[in-house]
Amino acid sequence: MTSPTPGTARPSSGSPPSGQGRGRKPFVRTVSKTGWWLKHPRYMRYMSREVTCIFIGAFALLMLCAVERLSKGQAAYESFMATLQQPLGVVGLLLVLAFALHNATSWFNVTPKALPVQIGEAFLAGKYIVGAHYAVWIVATLVVVFFAGVL
Amino acid sequence: MAKSNKPIFWSLFAAGGTLAAFLAPVLALLFLLAALGHTPTLLSYAHLHAFAANWLGKAFLFGVIALFLWHAAHRLRVTLHDFGLRQDAIVAVVVYLVAAFGSGLSALYLLRM
Repeated sequence: MTSPTPGTARPSSGSPPSGQGRGRKPFVRTVSKTGWWLKHPRYMRYMSREVTCIFIGAFALLMLCAVERLSKGQAAYESFMATLQQPLGVVGLLLVLAFALHNATSWFNVTPKALPVQIGEAFLAGKYIVGAHYAVWIVATLVVVFFAGVL
Repeated sequence: MAKSNKPIFWSLFAAGGTLAAFLAPVLALLFLLAALGHTPTLLSYAHLHAFAANWLGKAFLFGVIALFLWHAAHRLRVTLHDFGLRQDAIVAVVVYLVAAFGSGLSALYLLRM
């Protein structure tokens, strides 16, 4: 019914297994619930991709605050933007930028798996699907940068 | 067979992830420039207020904030499970409520401008 949970010892209660005098000693692989991802570089790469959500979420909340301050008038908005200039704001936004870039590259790199393009019998090579996403990303970035008046 | 609500949350996760992949880096760059004292024109009060006064600007800001929130909420739910927090029912309610509340607030603030 229930299989032994990884990381927990088998309960010793219950009737001993019928047998030839020796109890069964099944091999139970112990897996840490919290630190399993430290065991292999592949797991760490997976987790680095997953934790980008913390920074995307925090950035969304920051933009929500900016919109709230914007709706309260010029003084409120400008004092909010001034607080971003504190060291904590700069470091936080650098982290957001780094993890946003990691989300973008890891997201685009799996697009051949997520959006396979079939042409007749064959599938379009993954590099074209990834390349198209990177091309759109560069164009979108340039459009925003020009629209925002950076360049 | 019971109906599953998984496709709804997964669609919002995927849509938000795609939008974040294309736009989060450059938007973070704009805010970083402002934090470094080189505020881009768009992030000045007059320009951003004019942008948010336009219905197209409102739709853009709402889409970015709401979809980023739903993306982060769904992925955070899975990630907390991966870090060993196994109370999925409670985690799901909390993260989705924050995303829903944040989306609602952003709509409210944008409609006031």
